[in-house]
Amino acid sequence: MDLTQTLEIASCTDPGMVRSHNEDSVAADAANGLVVLADGMGGYNAGEVASGMATTVIVTEMQQVLASARPYDVDPRTSQEIAARLLREQVLKANTSIYQAAQSQPQYAGMGTTLVVCLFYDNRVLVAHLGDSRLYVLRDGKFKQVTRDHSLLQEQIDSGLITLEQAKNAQHKNLVTRALGIDPSVEPEMHEYRTKPGDIYLLCSDGLCDMVDDDDIGMALQALGGNLKLCAQQLVQMANDNGGRDNVSVILVRVLREYPAARGVMAKVFAWLK
Amino acid sequence: MAKLILSMDGLVLKEIPLTKERTTIGRKPHNDIQIDNLAVSGEHAVIVTILNDSFLEDLGSTNGTVVNGNPIKKHFLQNNDVVELGKYKLKFVGEAAAAVGAEKADFEKTMVLRPAAMKAAAEQAKAMTGGAAPQPAPQAAGAARATASQHAAVSATAAGIADKDPRPAPALAARPAQPLGAIQLLSGNNAGKELELSKPLTTLGKPGVGVAVLTRRPQGYFITHVEGANRPAVNGQQIGAAPHALKDHDVIELAGVKMEFFLKA
Repeated sequence: MDLTQTLEIASCTDPGMVRSHNEDSVAADAANGLVVLADGMGGYNAGEVASGMATTVIVTEMQQVLASARPYDVDPRTSQEIAARLLREQVLKANTSIYQAAQSQPQYAGMGTTLVVCLFYDNRVLVAHLGDSRLYVLRDGKFKQVTRDHSLLQEQIDSGLITLEQAKNAQHKNLVTRALGIDPSVEPEMHEYRTKPGDIYLLCSDGLCDMVDDDDIGMALQALGGNLKLCAQQLVQMANDNGGRDNVSVILVRVLREYPAARGVMAKVFAWLK
Repeated sequence: MAKLILSMDGLVLKEIPLTKERTTIGRKPHNDIQIDNLAVSGEHAVIVTILNDSFLEDLGSTNGTVVNGNPIKKHFLQNNDVVELGKYKLKFVGEAAAAVGAEKADFEKTMVLRPAAMKAAAEQAKAMTGGAAPQPAPQAAGAARATASQHAAVSATAAGIADKDPRPAPALAARPAQPLGAIQLLSGNNAGKELELSKPLTTLGKPGVGVAVLTRRPQGYFITHVEGANRPAVNGQQIGAAPHALKDHDVIELAGVKMEFFLKA
């Protein structure tokens, strides 16, 4: 199912005001309802290589598998939809590619990347993430964070060691506990949510949420939701105006209409028989 | 967070964290840091903190402000600077130094913390709080946090984790305080009405007809067309797709309504 008429997508990525190069990477495939954002890390230009590999591998591999299968197809062995398995497999492929490159080429040693991926299908969104790149949603005027960071800070907040207020001034915002390409295997956190026409989804790297308050991000989305391209530029500009200490990347996705899966009558009968 | 250590004759009197954007120093009680000494003026000096950078400015005090032995009017505070006001000394301890004493550059980049190191850090922190009461006192929690982060930093370096950019980030440029802007409607039903532009962005117009946004940035105010066939005009000239910088007393026309932009003194 082609989602180009269903999803409006805008993205913007910028090195920020301090860093000399951009280690973030963004990619979108509107037809397949796929958006990917990665924030690379590693010396010299290895961060860019890691994030670039992550977005390219995931988008191209997903395009290949979705050419012959649909995300809402049911796997006869597990009697579950294949979407989560497909996405997880492609994330693991990206992990292997980055890990092997890092192992085989000394200049890439230790590189890795955070990741947030959204796959839209059948009035739903499947989210996979690793590290501190985030997904937010604006629905019915309410702006909220969807993903939970895999970071030392988040773990400390969860365990009650520090409060949200203290977290704002914490010194170690940058320590992530999960990332792509660091170890031979990785477990992405995956969740599925129902979407609603009018929803605006925001994927961003920590360069945005560290520099701009969630309230201000929400305000920008609400005020400029009518023009996603401008809204994406505005968010990057706000991060840069506040100091822009890291690379800033955003992807905005607006759901324009319902997009239920076109399940055939036969498929329904089969599902009912099970 | 950066802080000041107030002392007299080598005796530490108190520590003051710089939590506010403006921290005032003076003899009068309304100051954030009150120093009740006749050598200190009623409103003696102010420290403006923007992100990690703090600036000290003398407010025309009678006896002046001295930093590291030199009288100053305005000064960019650096770690271990000593500000002298009469007999009192204020030592400035910068953000990175205040927290862990580690190099600031190490904390700016995203790094991976492996689960093993993570666990060790968590256990260390737990050992510090050591089964304390369910709601530890704020100081205890603060101490635990400092230990955890210190330990995390050590484990991270020990694990040989690559950071993103080996060069330390340059300090941010100083930003002058920006005057507040406002618009006054010149025509339409609400003519004469005034709107202060205190938020980072304010939208104007009617959805479907013409919507524009006024953004407040360090460089000043900008107007940008958002949606609708009707583009806003500034001083009779229709603006393009790019943001347009607004000057004091520019006249904006949007969806048939005229309004004047001005800066409040």
